[in-house]
Amino acid sequence: MHWLQQLTNGLALGSIYALIALGYTMVYGVLRFINFAHSDVLMLGAFSAFYLAPKMEAIFGPQSAIGALVIIVLAAAICAAIGILIELLAYRPLRKRPKLTVLITAIGVSLFIEFTCQHGAVFGAATKPFPKLLPTRELHFAGIEMASNDLLVLVLTAVLLVAMWFIVQRTKMGMAIRAVSFNEQAASLMGVNVNRVISFTFGLGSALAAVAGIFYAMRAPGIEPLMGVQPGIRAFIAAVLGGIGNLPGAALGGLLLGVLETVAGGIPGVSNYRDGIAFAILILILIFRPAGLLGKAMIEKV
Amino acid sequence: MLELTDLTVGYGGITALHGISLKVEQGTIVTLIGANGAGKTTTLRAISGLVWAKGGRVTFEGEDITNQPPHKIVARGIAHSPEGRMVFANLTVHENLQMGAYLRSDKANFAKDLDFIFTIFPRLKERLQQTAGTLSGGEQQMLAIGRALMSKPKLLLLDEPSLGIAPLLTKTIFEQIVAINRDLKLTVLLIEQNANLALEISHYGYVLETGRIILQDAAAALRANPKVREAYLGG
Repeated sequence: MHWLQQLTNGLALGSIYALIALGYTMVYGVLRFINFAHSDVLMLGAFSAFYLAPKMEAIFGPQSAIGALVIIVLAAAICAAIGILIELLAYRPLRKRPKLTVLITAIGVSLFIEFTCQHGAVFGAATKPFPKLLPTRELHFAGIEMASNDLLVLVLTAVLLVAMWFIVQRTKMGMAIRAVSFNEQAASLMGVNVNRVISFTFGLGSALAAVAGIFYAMRAPGIEPLMGVQPGIRAFIAAVLGGIGNLPGAALGGLLLGVLETVAGGIPGVSNYRDGIAFAILILILIFRPAGLLGKAMIEKV
Repeated sequence: MLELTDLTVGYGGITALHGISLKVEQGTIVTLIGANGAGKTTTLRAISGLVWAKGGRVTFEGEDITNQPPHKIVARGIAHSPEGRMVFANLTVHENLQMGAYLRSDKANFAKDLDFIFTIFPRLKERLQQTAGTLSGGEQQMLAIGRALMSKPKLLLLDEPSLGIAPLLTKTIFEQIVAINRDLKLTVLLIEQNANLALEISHYGYVLETGRIILQDAAAALRANPKVREAYLGG
């Protein structure tokens, strides 16, 4: 077994976790709760691509790069709208309520989406084969074998992570997001429309989830309405691992978790416990470093 | 310029303001004095839209602004330097000042106004790239006031600028408030535990007691008033 090979496989998977984890952590930053419906937005992203693919194939031809890009952008836009809508309908009316109420609502929204989509009139519960958006090739480099899709995912994720850093650190909206994360009231006294910032955050996080959902589907045997649950939980753990609310932490946590899982999967005897790794990490983090790797210990505000 | 008419505010079952009325004339410094819990902070928070008024009215430049969201009230020209300063500890000093100018689109004047803030609070210039959380209490207070000024307000609401600050810095801050009022013609509504200090720089004052205004007069007259002297000025 080649360690470098495991590492690249792990990074490809981990970068998908990282994209999802960013959504969890950004929403936590502005609203201080875990949006459990985030994993379902990911699934909706994959299904958007599933239904868009034949239409784009009709326009751009089979497996065209432009067609794939249009699919990804449209799916991201659809999911951004869905994310904004979820916040508007389900969470905004509860803004002044205890966080536990919002948290339970988030679980409700998640179950609602999952089981509505399982209905035969929507997507149906059966697994559907995900269309090949791009031609795939095996790439060989320095003894490492890598699917061209995995490389693409890795590169695109890196680009998205840099774009996210730019948005949050260098734009006015990003500064407003950071200000709202720190103190919503003070931000509103500066003239920030807090609702708009929260909508933007949901839209951005959901768009990233859609992209992650498509990338995840490209590696998975097929898609079905519960497909978001497993990567969703892992991305949530990645966000906690990195320090919830911390953007670089979420990216780091995602990459680490992907690599650990993949490496563990390659060790004989350990590979059976592969799925348990994420949870073992969560438990260890909660015991030894509850603020996460990059998070700062904070005193709970009352 | 600013007028509160019979303003009532309550939290949960408790009424914090029992219908208070007051006026702030353009170009003046007006101060609200009163003990802890008298409703001073609540008054400012009701003006800037952070708390909901149950009854009464807030008018600013002749327009009713009661219960508008805070970001719309800021846009009208009311800046609020809040209790506890509330600087963005995770942002740099420079970013905090940029946040103050959030609603302004005139980039050219930003640098000029930044320079003005540095002339009144030179300390901030030295700390420009530090995160605000690393500043001392006095520096954070300067930043909170500077940040509020960056919005180019017509009215500045100042909540306890002397709280938790060394006396020397308090003196500097109060001198600057006077200078800003005089040079920029900026109207100021100030609340302050240190009533002596507040009345010294103000034109007019109101005395709040358990959510009601019990006394109002020119600042000099309030300072001479035996009742005020006994209750708030240490005899």
